[in-house]
Amino acid sequence: MDMTFDFYLPVVWAGLIATAVAMYVVLDGFDLGIGILFPFARKEADRDQMMNSVAPFWDGNETWLILGGGGLWVAFPRAYAIIMPALYLPVIVMLLSLIFRGVSFEFRWVAKPKHGHWDFAFAAGSTVAAFCQGLILGGLIQGIAVENGAFAGGTWDWLTPFSLMCGAGLVCGYGLLGATWLIMRTEGEVAERGRRQARTILLVVLAFIAVVSLWTPFNFERVATRWFTAPNIYYLWPVPLVTVGLAFVLWRSLDRGGTVAPFFATIGLFLLSYMGLAISTFPLMVPPNVTVWQAAAVPASQIFTLIGVVFMLPIILGYTAFVYWTFRGKVKPGEGYH
Amino acid sequence: MDLDPVLIARFQFAFTVAFHIIFPSFTIGLSAWIAALLVVWKRTGNQRYRELAQFWTKVFAVSFAMGVVSGLVLSYQFGTNWSRFSDVVGNVVAPLIGYEVLTAFFLEATFLGIMLFGWNRVPSWLHVLSAILVAFGTMTSAFWILSANSWMQFPVGHVVRDGIAYPDDWLKIVFSPTFPLRLAHMLTAAYLTTSFVVLAIGARYLLAGKHEAYARIMLKMGLGMAIVLAPLQAFIGDQSGLVVREYQPVKLAAIEAHWEAEAKGPVPLVLFAWPNEAEERNDYQIAIPYLGSLIITHSLTGSYPGLKAFPPEDRPPLWGPFFGFRIMVGIGFLMIFVAWAGGYLWWRGHLETNRAFLRVASWMWPMGFIAVLSGWIVTEVGRQPWLATGILRTADAASPVPASVVLTSLILFIVVYGIVFSFGIYYMNRLLVRGPVPHAGDEGEPSGPDHPAPGRPLAAVGPSGREAYRGGGS
Repeated sequence: MDMTFDFYLPVVWAGLIATAVAMYVVLDGFDLGIGILFPFARKEADRDQMMNSVAPFWDGNETWLILGGGGLWVAFPRAYAIIMPALYLPVIVMLLSLIFRGVSFEFRWVAKPKHGHWDFAFAAGSTVAAFCQGLILGGLIQGIAVENGAFAGGTWDWLTPFSLMCGAGLVCGYGLLGATWLIMRTEGEVAERGRRQARTILLVVLAFIAVVSLWTPFNFERVATRWFTAPNIYYLWPVPLVTVGLAFVLWRSLDRGGTVAPFFATIGLFLLSYMGLAISTFPLMVPPNVTVWQAAAVPASQIFTLIGVVFMLPIILGYTAFVYWTFRGKVKPGEGYH
Repeated sequence: MDLDPVLIARFQFAFTVAFHIIFPSFTIGLSAWIAALLVVWKRTGNQRYRELAQFWTKVFAVSFAMGVVSGLVLSYQFGTNWSRFSDVVGNVVAPLIGYEVLTAFFLEATFLGIMLFGWNRVPSWLHVLSAILVAFGTMTSAFWILSANSWMQFPVGHVVRDGIAYPDDWLKIVFSPTFPLRLAHMLTAAYLTTSFVVLAIGARYLLAGKHEAYARIMLKMGLGMAIVLAPLQAFIGDQSGLVVREYQPVKLAAIEAHWEAEAKGPVPLVLFAWPNEAEERNDYQIAIPYLGSLIITHSLTGSYPGLKAFPPEDRPPLWGPFFGFRIMVGIGFLMIFVAWAGGYLWWRGHLETNRAFLRVASWMWPMGFIAVLSGWIVTEVGRQPWLATGILRTADAASPVPASVVLTSLILFIVVYGIVFSFGIYYMNRLLVRGPVPHAGDEGEPSGPDHPAPGRPLAAVGPSGREAYRGGGS
């Protein structure tokens, strides 16, 4: 095995995990978003409709989170062993919140007509889980104290204004995904409310994107170096520009009654922001010091699992697409699936 | 406060994993049972099998959701509470978990969507296929998790450099020596557990005189499986004992509370005792001569090393393996007895009318779960003090996280699991009490799988997938 092989294998894995996390953020993002928007729909029929629109998919969506976490352990065991203890409390609280909102999908229906507390569990669980994921993201970006390859910081290191802002930002981002999903997949009052909410949330989300884009280079020198030095700046300048363009497209299509375009424009917005963060961070696996190469598992482990990924990922994507296609079309008020 | 973070982390893992295992051991069996019902329906066209499948799918959905969320916790706990473990054996164990996600989790989770919501949305063959794929996914999941666990029990195919385990031969790692029988033991346990639940619910309905047509099917299908699986499980268990003797002698000594290092045979079988670890002997022992030798060495005079042959720091705590094993085996024999008694009554034609048998059968539903939990206590406590035998001790595997933080999360888990799982079990029980719902009330009118009975109002023929699976919108 030559140098280039040892060089590229961890990079390929970093790309795969980034893809799994992106899939998770987009897919579970909209169904967490439905939970975040739940309190704003008061009528039971509206809530039924909202939940129906994601019920067949949520379980598969959440599996990407297991792939993200599992993949991190497979390919970068040392990073996994640093990140999890460092972000202990946000991870645990996220898991507990996901428990509440996950079981609500079943419990809410079997509990009827006494299901009020499961409505609350669904909304609160979704919101807190999204907030914790933002804390995890922020905690990771701002960096983790590491000594001798192990976490060496304190219990509350992750708790900073920056991570709190990332938490709030992600709640709004998921809310936008949820609202545009409702525009695409529902009709009547629910879809109209989604459209009204999407417009407001979009402005808030754009503000968050702007703040993060300014905060990270000013606060973390490595980010500034990455973006603002030649020759990087020549390649990277389109990223913020395309982001602004896409935000404009999204705003217009919300205004003009677009149904499908807002959702996909929001996904685009998410992916661009995500790419921006990846550009800021790569090749660090655990900022500020641990790179993908330092955190990587031995090639034998990475290759063994990579073979499985190469065979299974297309199949997984295939049947995931198939299920989405099976349950395509609008969920109408007062109607389940026929 | 002087808390031991390792002890709290162990208690937390034991608590969450014990909660979790209840649901997979039910859903592995239940998904196979639902798939079987649907296949019978497709072949015979008897609508009752479809309605039974719909009914059990509701129970399955609740159980599966609890299995998913409690399993998600575990996949992150390796990192949060056991980061040294993740680091030291991550190169070997993590890929096995990775394969579980790739080959099982996505399959189950995705086709579950079709299984729950596709009753009238997809062609019936595809719906049946989805149920089969979900059942296959749950089985595949068991394959990988047992593979990872077996490697931790008796690691092979790896090399240790600077305290870190690296893979050397994947085939040996995946199929480590204790793996095949442990997988067979676990899968059979799951199917047996479900068989007794199905049998018990059928018996409950017959005793109450409710849902009798469905109850008869459940009684006979559950009992039929139990008659075959209960003795099969005893055989697999016995064979597993031989494997433990060969690869994990200290665990065997703990299970049997057998102390003497170099005792000559014959060795008695300890039925009951109070193991006294401080003085290295058993108090209040009741034992049968020769039987220990016969069961463990399959000869009347054979012997095997006792606990004193191993240094005290390498011995597992005794209470778990010793008592857990006796509870598991006791339930195993009870299951064989009940299954065969039912078989005899069936043969004599009294199965559905013998109320004493039905009563006993209706109490049998928790037995499989208790046996599964006891069995896992035997195997996991019996592996102590190692996390991965010979590579990493449990005491060295925890995360650099303060005890107070681990304790906080432990309390949160206990509270949340207490709430969520009490409700889950309550709802499952409520679904079971309510029972299956016949199509549009016209019981007895058979209709083929692809030809819903004519003459019904459209809404009744095809209740929406949502309603069909939510219990007829009641």
